[in-house]
This record gives sequence, C-alpha cells and structure tokens, in this order.
Amino acid sequence: MPSPSNENQIVDMKKSNKLKYFFESASEKLFLICAMLSVISLLLIIGFVFYKGSHPFVAEGYSFIDFIFGMEWVPSEDKFGILPMIVASIFSTIGALVIGVPIGLFTAIFLAEIAPKRVAKIISPAVQLLAGIPSVLYGVFGLAIIVPMLQNNFGLAKGQSLLAVIIVLAIMMLPTIVTVAETAIRAVPKTYREGSLALGASPIGTIFKVVVPAAKSGIMAAIVLGLGRAIGETMAVILVAGNSLILPTSLTDSVRPLTTNIALEMGYAFGTHQEMLFATGIVLFSFILILNFVLAKISSKGGK
Amino acid sequence: MSATTLERNNKGTEKFSSNNEQQTTDAKIKVKNLDLFYGEKQALYQVSLDIKEKEVTALIGPSGCGKSTFLRTLNRMNDLIDGVKINGEIVIDNENIYNSSDVIKLRTRVGMVFQKPNLFPMSIFDNVAYGPRMQGIKNKKALNKIVEESLRGAAIWDEVKDRLKSSALGLSGGQQQRVCIARAIAMKPDVILMDEPTSALDPISTLKVEELIAQMKKDYTIVIVTHNMQQAARVSDKTAFFLNGEIIEYDETDHIFSMPKDQRTEDYVTGRFG
Repeated sequence: MPSPSNENQIVDMKKSNKLKYFFESASEKLFLICAMLSVISLLLIIGFVFYKGSHPFVAEGYSFIDFIFGMEWVPSEDKFGILPMIVASIFSTIGALVIGVPIGLFTAIFLAEIAPKRVAKIISPAVQLLAGIPSVLYGVFGLAIIVPMLQNNFGLAKGQSLLAVIIVLAIMMLPTIVTVAETAIRAVPKTYREGSLALGASPIGTIFKVVVPAAKSGIMAAIVLGLGRAIGETMAVILVAGNSLILPTSLTDSVRPLTTNIALEMGYAFGTHQEMLFATGIVLFSFILILNFVLAKISSKGGK
Repeated sequence: MSATTLERNNKGTEKFSSNNEQQTTDAKIKVKNLDLFYGEKQALYQVSLDIKEKEVTALIGPSGCGKSTFLRTLNRMNDLIDGVKINGEIVIDNENIYNSSDVIKLRTRVGMVFQKPNLFPMSIFDNVAYGPRMQGIKNKKALNKIVEESLRGAAIWDEVKDRLKSSALGLSGGQQQRVCIARAIAMKPDVILMDEPTSALDPISTLKVEELIAQMKKDYTIVIVTHNMQQAARVSDKTAFFLNGEIIEYDETDHIFSMPKDQRTEDYVTGRFG
C-alpha cells in the first residue's frame, strides 16, 4: 500500500523543482539587471553630457572650431575658447606620465622581481594605501609642501603651476601603475626567467629583455589606467594648478586644465555658459576615449 | 690534490694517470661529496660522480629522488631558490664552480634544456640569438651565422629557415624543444644539461630529439635527466641511479641495465617500483 504516499512525494518534488527553476530564472534576471545598470549609467551620462554640450553648436550658432581653438575664455563677454585648457590638460598628463611611468614601473619590477619577500611585504601595502588617500588630501599636500617648495627654489611669485600639477598627478598615478604592472610581471611564467638565466643572461638583463616584454600588454594597461587617473583628476589639481586662463609656455606657468574649469564654474554657470562647460566635458571625455583606444591597439599588438 | 685521489678511487684502471692534462680530458665534471639542503630538508646526500667529456650521462630514478636537483647544481640554477645550501664541491674543467662568483660565465659554458619548451615570446631568430646578444654580439652577419649553425646543429634548420622572423610560439612542441636546444647550442657551451627534455613530447618528436642527442655527443658533454628508462638505455653511455637523494649505482649504461650490482637498481630498471 505504499503507492499513494509515494505519489505524494513525487508531486512534492515536482513542486519544489518548479520553485527552484523560478528562483533560478529570477536571480539570473536580477544579476542581468545589476549588470545592465552600469551600462545604462554610462549611456545616460554620455547622452546627457553630449545633449547639453552640443546644444550651443547645434542650436545657438556657436562655432565648434572657435571653441576648440579659441584662446580666450570670458563667459561674460560670450567668449568661449578652451585651447589653453586643452594644452594644460595634455601637458600636465604627459608630464605626469614622464615622471610617473618610469618610477611606477621600476617600483613594480622591484617588488615583483628583486625585493626580498619581507621588503615587498612592507612596500606593497604602502603603495596600495596611496591609492586610498582621498584626492583632496593630495591637493592639500601639494599646496602645503610642493607649492611652497617650488616657490622658494625657483623664485616664483606663485608656486601653483604646471610643474606642481605634474608632480601631484605623478604621485597619484603611482599606485595604479605599480599594482597593475606588478600583477602583470608576476604573471610571466617562471620558465621564461629560468630559460634566460640559463643562457647566461644577468638578472637585470633578463628583466628587461624577457620579463618586461612578456608583460607588455599588462604594463600598457597599467599606463592607460594611470593616464585615465591623471587626465580626469580634478580636486587635487584645482588646489595646485593656479587656474590662470593662459596658454602655458613653461613649467612654472599657472594653468587651468579642462577638469578644473568645469568644477570651478559649474556652481554658478547658467545658460550658454553652463552648456559650454558640458562641451568642455565632451572634449575631456573624447580624450579619454581616444587614448584608451590608441593604447588598447598598442597593447593588443604587444600581446601577439 | 684531492681531485687526484678521487680519480684513483673511482676508476681503478686509470690509476697511473696523474698528470693534470690527462685528468681534464678524462673527467669534465667532478662532483665530490655534494650535500644539498632546501632550508632544513636535505635533498642530496654525499653525491660523488665523475662525468666524462663528450659522453652522454643519464640520471634516472623515481620522482623526487633528487636527480633534477642535482642537474640544476651543475649550472647553479638552484641559486634562484631561497634557502638552498650546498656543501661539497663541483669541479668543471678544474674549477670549483661554487667558489667562483661568475655565475654568468658558468652558464654560458653549461647550457640547459628544460622539461617543457620555454621559448620566449619572440621570433625564432631572436630566440636563438638571445644568448649571443646578451654576450654583446651585435654584428648582424655574425648573428646570422650563429643562428644558422645552431639551428642546423639542432637539426631543425630545414623546418624553420623560411620562418625565422615569425613567432617561435607558433611551432609544434617538438620543434620548439629543438629550437630550445639550438638556443643552448648558440652559446657554444661545453656541457649541455637536459632536464627530462622529451617528457612533454609525442613519440615521434621524442625520437628526433634522441637522434639529435646522439649526434650532439661528438661536440658536447651531455647530462640528461629522464623518467624513461628505455630512453636512458638508448641514448646514454653512463647511467646514474638516484634514490632518496643518493646515488645508488653509477656505471656504464649497459651494465646498469643488464647486470646491476645493487638490488635496488635492479628493482627499478626492471620496473618493480618507481
């Protein structure tokens, strides 16, 4: 007589399976929604910035060429030229790369290849902690230490300058470059090192001829990420840049990069002025896109 | 002087060869009472072994018996591992390699081929030219010559001569391993160490590498670690049987495989364990 209870059990199992499948598909959808959120946010931000920023050129008759190559930014006189800011952004980023990439790369090599474990255990967390410092504190540090130092050593009227921006950005990009590059270098198979050393190459020769080339795409990624950090940095830069609206001709000039222009003026801007700040944002965004694209190309070539 | 006595103890037949030059040609590598420790753990116990010039010496034994560790002491690759300590002496061409600090020079004289092909992610040409370039050879003609000679020496020239500039990683495993051998030859070493060079290869590639070893014997002193006893029997002149970090028996390969003196050697070569 066991058949009825058996049947009940079977029915029960079927029911619970249905529930399982429901939860399966429900949770899959939940994950999908979460994943879509970031894509949607990206599209919304881009759409909004482009909508607002393109308005003066599409609807109000301003020339985009004049905007990009204009030397003067005087919103009260309806002059919107951002060339000095573009140049300032490019120079400060390149300068930061020139200082930050070699230091970051050598640090990564040291940590991954040369340093004894005990030393690496101290330096690695220190570098990572550097990434956690809020950017405004970098600015304060720059304002309190670097700016006066430059002022005294170079006899400047004002220490807030392109050079100060470069130094602060170089320090800020270090943790990104070091962490990503170190991971890439550590991922190079041990057999490459052994092969090179067994051929009578010195340890340093091995690092530069075999290990670093093998980690090239990871190192490129490190540079891209550091670059993104430098070109987009705002808060620290405002405090040490000086924010003058001139085309920089020397390292000691006071500058205003694209980011700080937006941050400084957005608070009180309205109308065309506000839309022009969004247009500045478009330019900034395009820079990051182009650089990412170019470096992604290079690194995919290196991977082959 | 100690080297002389060792010579006499190990080889009764050569008792009367006391002049130095004679010894050099007799034993290329002389290892005496070698102990090796990984931290606290001892991996080699009192290993003594003379390796003759232009012979193939096979090191056999079960996994973890210390044969690879021993091989790696011969070009000081164990230096890379933290906490390795070595007692005893290894003399190559009358020079104790652990007394001299010039590891780079040692490794140019003692080349190595690894278990898995480990070509660098660059072209075939650059792989073979890597060692000579590291020694400062920049002349294009000289490099071309070295690369061709080395690839010919490793019997792979005909297969790769049209694709020297393409990535070495596009070759098959067996081809890669022969390019690895070419890369080692390019340094013009005296000794070539091979650490299970065919364990990652298919039977046909294995055969090619073995034929190559037989050819290379003319010019190089070869020490080969192998798990494959048929391989040891096929390619080597002398065989050393390792067990638990000790050399149990070292003799002509024929003797080891046909009439081993030690019961443990016999058990191993007849496949009763290991």
